[in-house]
Amino acid sequence: MSIGKISRRDAIKAITRSAAAGVAVGVGVVGGVGGYLVGSSSARPGQTVTVTQTAAGATVTQTIPGATVTQTVTAAPSTVTVTRTETVGGPAKEPIKIGFEVHRTGIGAVYGAWYERTTRAAVALINEMGGIDGRPIELIAEDDGTDPQRGVQAVEKLVLEHKVDFILGALFSNVVLAAAPRAGELKKPYFAVSEGYHVPSGQLNRYSFQPGITDVRSQLTAIAGWVVNNLGKKITMIYPDYAFGYDHRDWFGKAATELGATIIERIPIPPTETSFTKYFPRVPADTEVLYHVMVGPAVLTFVKEMGEYFGSRRPEIFGFVDSLEGVPLNSPGLEFLEGTYFWEAFPRYLDGYDTPYHRYYRNKVGVDENGADVNDPKNVSTYSHMFSCWETLFILKEAVEQSGYRRQTPDDYRAFITTLENFEWFNEGNQHPQGAKKFDGRLHQCFGQQFISKVENSKFRVVHRTRIEDSVYESDVDYTKQPL
Amino acid sequence: MREIGSLPAIFHLSIIAALFVAQFILPPFHHSMLTRIMVLAAYASGYNILLGYTGLMSLGHAMLFSTGLYSVGLTILYLGFEPLAAFTVALISSLVISLLLGAITLRTSGVFFLIVTMIFSQVFYLTTLYFNNITYGDQGFVISQYLHPINMGFFQIDFADRTVKYNLSLLVFSVAFLLSLYVSRSPLGLVLAAIKENPDRAEMLGYNTYRYKLIAFALSGTIAGMSGAVYALVFSYIGSSLAFIHNSINPLLWTLLGGAGTTTGPLVGTMLMVYVIDVTSSFTESYLVVVGIALILIILGFPKGIVGSIRKRWLTWLP
Repeated sequence: MSIGKISRRDAIKAITRSAAAGVAVGVGVVGGVGGYLVGSSSARPGQTVTVTQTAAGATVTQTIPGATVTQTVTAAPSTVTVTRTETVGGPAKEPIKIGFEVHRTGIGAVYGAWYERTTRAAVALINEMGGIDGRPIELIAEDDGTDPQRGVQAVEKLVLEHKVDFILGALFSNVVLAAAPRAGELKKPYFAVSEGYHVPSGQLNRYSFQPGITDVRSQLTAIAGWVVNNLGKKITMIYPDYAFGYDHRDWFGKAATELGATIIERIPIPPTETSFTKYFPRVPADTEVLYHVMVGPAVLTFVKEMGEYFGSRRPEIFGFVDSLEGVPLNSPGLEFLEGTYFWEAFPRYLDGYDTPYHRYYRNKVGVDENGADVNDPKNVSTYSHMFSCWETLFILKEAVEQSGYRRQTPDDYRAFITTLENFEWFNEGNQHPQGAKKFDGRLHQCFGQQFISKVENSKFRVVHRTRIEDSVYESDVDYTKQPL
Repeated sequence: MREIGSLPAIFHLSIIAALFVAQFILPPFHHSMLTRIMVLAAYASGYNILLGYTGLMSLGHAMLFSTGLYSVGLTILYLGFEPLAAFTVALISSLVISLLLGAITLRTSGVFFLIVTMIFSQVFYLTTLYFNNITYGDQGFVISQYLHPINMGFFQIDFADRTVKYNLSLLVFSVAFLLSLYVSRSPLGLVLAAIKENPDRAEMLGYNTYRYKLIAFALSGTIAGMSGAVYALVFSYIGSSLAFIHNSINPLLWTLLGGAGTTTGPLVGTMLMVYVIDVTSSFTESYLVVVGIALILIILGFPKGIVGSIRKRWLTWLP
């Protein structure tokens, strides 16, 4: 058995070979969130880390004393001993490039502006903290026009021209669905910030993740119980006649029915519709809950006409805040929403979930206590969604540092992805102000708490917060079985 | 005369050869851009047969493009078809839909033809939304996980491979491009030109203009469907947004910009528009304003489109 200096990569290969010989080595969960042990060297200069783990007859020891890294790997029964010494000469200067596919134009532009603002705030903070593994982040944004075709083009430009290390992906489902497969073909990790069901549905690939925001199926699974138990069991659903609406129709309908409720009418409305009066007579008279998820520029008309039709004899009304993201609640025409309920992922008003972490995040992004720009109270944010960019970037940072990702090589990406897949929890804190999250590495999707708010005096007041486990559902999807 | 006659053929084959060689020279991003441009230019070339050669302005081609797109996507997703079989289905269905659509819409002319084709296309678009339980509506679906490599004996066709994507796009573009050249030089092309210039006179001379226009429509629509089919195979995404009206306006814009009635115009127009949007959107959110101004300036300088104006002023032999 020879002992000598080898590269980190060679060490990984040696371990892989020994594993193939029947020796399981090296992969384990470190700390609260898990991590990838073998090949990891995320210590700062001056920091000493020693980790020892025994797995199926294998022992891996890594010691990082300040500026010198020494790694020893011993595996039995066919003993492999690897010693590596390399000098860590302080933080690397080369930036880590993160591509940002952003909806600067098109129907998602309002979301895009706030997503970009949140992302830049997170990047500035991470760089103030010393960057990722000592490397500053260089953020490269590309507009996708909220268009699937251009989404693919944006991914190609970020990867092939700008040579980014990772991609922070899009919001709109159709854009994500078109762009993520291309990122997978180019073997570039793609982080969706969409709340769409596309990642956990298994439609995408091993390079696609959504760790920073819950998906719509889990949101509906979480809130259905509260709606049925508190508002009523005879439900009429009004939804846009396209994908976003179908997710609600299918998953809320399923969850509510399983809880003993009845969907007594489903009313899809074409996306091009500008007047809604003709749809309201289809709402059955015995409706106890009117569930609506209309979005787009016509939403104010929708609410106004709903108010004119029902007046004071309205049923209980429950909606998704997606309808009102970026819209001030005191806008003319929204008076009818008084006393109605909305789902929120993250309360627009600070007092809905007033924690030090929430205040810290709000301050860094520049949002006031009412969810608007601190310098312009009329510029209301897309508060319930944009935290996903913030949280995703910190997860990315954690995965890079724990995996020892350095360069754009297959080995480093393999280490990065398997590390991320081994994550299990994201603890609440400045990095995760929306709350703790459970991460399912098989689904590449996180699960978290949801909020239900009531409109009172043209403000949202949180009336219920779900538990993380309320949002978990069963699934057979397992991305970890896909090859890298 | 014979030498001059062969010049266009040499010119066109040279363009195809240059595009083939370009894949070995271009940086990766421009390699992918040209892959996209060639598929879209094939679509525009098909559109040009109707607009440039026959004088019929359609706003229904998104429907024909999407016929090919959905034929490939749905047969692969639900019926487990191999890519080649799915492509064959796409060609046949595009031809059939083109003939049916043409048979109805060609009973109108002028602005009525424009409106009727647009209405049919919008009905198709809304149908893809209505039957979302099958088509997945505007969210769409991906087929990359079903596109298994095809073993050709001594080599494999892997649809995730950039070389395969590029050459597939080059192939569909070459077919559309050479077909355009053939039509422009054939007796059929001359009749179409006659119909474009003066349909009443062509009718009076004994030509069944309805039948010739139907042939042009079918040819144009089948090429659009073929482009849609290749788009699905190359980009793996199928969604309603590709059936929306802007995907009918695009080939119109590309063709007019490059030069309607010229064989190379659609390629030039598509390339210019795709790159102008890409470059300007990197600098400003208001890139459409910049694109609009650029288009106005180009049209002022080249009123017959870029290639059309070049042909008029200098290279009169250009087809």
